[in-house]
Amino acid sequence: MTSHVDQPQSFLIRAFSVGRRPQVAFGLVIALFWLIVLTTVSIWAPYDPLEAVGTRLIAPSMTHLLGTDALGRDVFTRVLYGARESMPIAAAVIVCATVIGTLLGAVAGYAGGWVDAIVMRITDVVMAFPAILLAMAISAALGPGLRNGFIAILIVWWPIYARLVRGQVLSIKQREHVEAAISIGATRRRILQKHVMPMAITPVLVNATMDFGQVVLFLSSLSFLGLGALPPSPEWGSMITEGAKNFYQWWIAVGPGLAILTVVLGFNFLGDGLRDVLDPRSKGDK
Amino acid sequence: MAAQVMGGPLVQVRDLVKTFAGRGTVLRKSKSQVQAVAGVSFDVLAGETLSIVGESGCGKSTTARCVTRILKPTSGSVVLFGTEISQSSQETIRPLRRQFQMVFQDPYASLNSTMTVEEIISEPLIVHGFPALEIKERVLAVVQQMHLHKSDLTRFPHQFSGGQRQRIGIARAVVMQPKFVVLDEPVSALDVSIQADIIQMLEGLQESLGLAFLMIAHDLSVVRHVSDRVAVMYLGKIVEIGTNKQIYEQSSHPYTQALLAAAPIPDPRVERARQRIILKGDVPSPANPPSGCRFRTRCFKVQDICSQVEPLLIDPGVGHQVACHFPEEINLITKRRV
Repeated sequence: MTSHVDQPQSFLIRAFSVGRRPQVAFGLVIALFWLIVLTTVSIWAPYDPLEAVGTRLIAPSMTHLLGTDALGRDVFTRVLYGARESMPIAAAVIVCATVIGTLLGAVAGYAGGWVDAIVMRITDVVMAFPAILLAMAISAALGPGLRNGFIAILIVWWPIYARLVRGQVLSIKQREHVEAAISIGATRRRILQKHVMPMAITPVLVNATMDFGQVVLFLSSLSFLGLGALPPSPEWGSMITEGAKNFYQWWIAVGPGLAILTVVLGFNFLGDGLRDVLDPRSKGDK
Repeated sequence: MAAQVMGGPLVQVRDLVKTFAGRGTVLRKSKSQVQAVAGVSFDVLAGETLSIVGESGCGKSTTARCVTRILKPTSGSVVLFGTEISQSSQETIRPLRRQFQMVFQDPYASLNSTMTVEEIISEPLIVHGFPALEIKERVLAVVQQMHLHKSDLTRFPHQFSGGQRQRIGIARAVVMQPKFVVLDEPVSALDVSIQADIIQMLEGLQESLGLAFLMIAHDLSVVRHVSDRVAVMYLGKIVEIGTNKQIYEQSSHPYTQALLAAAPIPDPRVERARQRIILKGDVPSPANPPSGCRFRTRCFKVQDICSQVEPLLIDPGVGHQVACHFPEEINLITKRRV
């Protein structure tokens, strides 16, 4: 890596050069692939994901790319449809968690005092439990179903962002440009909006991108355990459960497993690339 | 100097104290308190430049931040333009801020890197509700005055050099045409070649706007060049205050004398001939200042009384105040006792 860190480069040029790195390009391709699948699968999918289309437990072939499952449904079709189950919910979790976490974290960090103490103690309590256990307990209490899975994951996820943003705000509000804003007479609200948040938001965007894959994995874990998605729906986690029941028909679990793997990996790479674009100081290549 | 017709001084600071609480634990509140500013009083008159000098950590920047109410003083009074603001809320002070502004030390940290130069310079005007047309006019005028280019307005701070950035910072401070500007080490982060440039620009502004400056600095030669009066601070207190001439040629406090002796003079003959005073030790911690005179642990004139009685800032001559039990005017260059 040459050291042209201080060289001013436009955002677009940086984005382009980062996007050409194989890792980031890989992430981008995967994200785009799943996005296309997610939006258009119902048009071109070969079979219906919920109906038996062949004999039970057929091994992969040209007619059934990933074989069929114990009920004779096409596994490949179900894997593709799985994107429609997990990804919108994961996106909703990420959006809600960042919004809630950012708001609470910003207010806590900027106001300080008892507001800060209360918000931070709540996050402490949530984070004190192992995330998966707490989410399991919550969705078990609420009952299975993707909506309840969403609520459970949201509850364990927002504190991460609250802490992240609070830390950012605490350090940024000490900087001289914030003092300058006070000295010109800017209101607290304006200072938070114009002088603190624009700088605090970068790591949130990076983390949100990386966490997208994690949430997909988390949701699948819940479904795998029988919490999350309900049986007929083609959710990746619950498909893996079926695969575990038919252990010698490896294709039933491998399909959804690969789907989860690519999503997690792809969004991790994408987040990495995003960090390099947004924060040119930490160039990611070694 | 500007034709400022006013009764009293623009700025009146009396017994200003700022205490920072030390770090406590969850179970026990910390008892250690650091008095960064321990009772400081001074006036700034219309159109003049008062400089505060002292070592790092002596409380000069804290004083500046209390005067501009970026920090809230622990006690004491700060009267700006006849209004007491030391304990007022930011909302009460806001309208007054049109008349006093601040320039910061670090031209990199003091500009918001996510805003364009235009947004930065026009922000004070926006905050104070100026009409859009006037904002445009004023920003253009001040940009020219600061020798920046019109096309610079759409650029971001990281695209400028340190000197240019400091000019942007100054533009932000003077765009509302204030009467009083606090300069917190405005040139100490810049190359020497650029310092002169900035100083000249500030002097030009003082002339055209009739500005009064409170300058925080540690470079004695810069201070001598720009100041009308100088205050010397040591460990949170002013030890000597007087006109430029009184401080530089008739200094009476041993600390001032030591400071002046430490600054090199760019004339080898004078430099060789002049008296040297080398202080021993370090500045004591402001959390635990010495009894009596705060300077006694490093003073070359120290006697018993210094540890028992705190010397007050007294006025031996016209406007020249010294806080020492044994003040003695020495012109360090000629070694003569005046």
